Amino acid sequence: MVKPTSVTNSIRTLRFANGEMTQAELADKVGVTRQTVIAIEQGRYSPSLEMAFQIAKVFGVPIDEVFQYPKEES
Amino acid sequence: MPFEEKVTWVNAVVSAIVPAAYFAVVLSQLGNVSASEIAYQRPMLTAIGVSIVLTILGSIAMGIGTGISAELAQRGSAGDIGRKDERDVYIGRRGELAGYYVSSVGVVGAMALTMLQYEYFWIANALYLSFAVAALVSATVKLVAYRRGF
Repeated sequence: MVKPTSVTNSIRTLRFANGEMTQAELADKVGVTRQTVIAIEQGRYSPSLEMAFQIAKVFGVPIDEVFQYPKEES
Repeated sequence: MPFEEKVTWVNAVVSAIVPAAYFAVVLSQLGNVSASEIAYQRPMLTAIGVSIVLTILGSIAMGIGTGISAELAQRGSAGDIGRKDERDVYIGRRGELAGYYVSSVGVVGAMALTMLQYEYFWIANALYLSFAVAALVSATVKLVAYRRGF
């Protein structure tokens, strides 16, 4: 299946680096459903800028450590 | 599965089954009597009422079912019941927009039938059909967005 977004993320890695935080815990901290966290992790949904900042704030890192936008290959 | 997606499944099933039953009952009379003689009003109002009631009952049942399954599994989405986040809102808008386009085409069709002075039966049923198809398309677009992402 083609991923609908080019935005990649390190949420899974950051969750494990932060005391093996579960998707449900992250969802509760950000105020979204667990399925939305799953969709973001799997690259099926690009969050709004505000939600992206909220996720970065939960992990205490800059937003570009959570989300990346890879350069297009020419 | 998000609670909103479950509710969308209820909408999809109801908007497929109820209008199908209505049209099966009403259109089956066309061979025997003319369109102007068919008493479609009561069945149509009943179908609309049944759709509303089934959607409400289905949503309640989904909420109860989600809560019970989450309790049994000691995890899951009990906290997600009634929670609607930005993804649900975006998906909802996308589905409603698709439904709006479909119902717009249906309304134009009903307008054409009116100008051509067709029986009320055809005009009313064209409008009902357009709303039913719009609801089904809207629910389908939402379900595809939930499943495939956007």
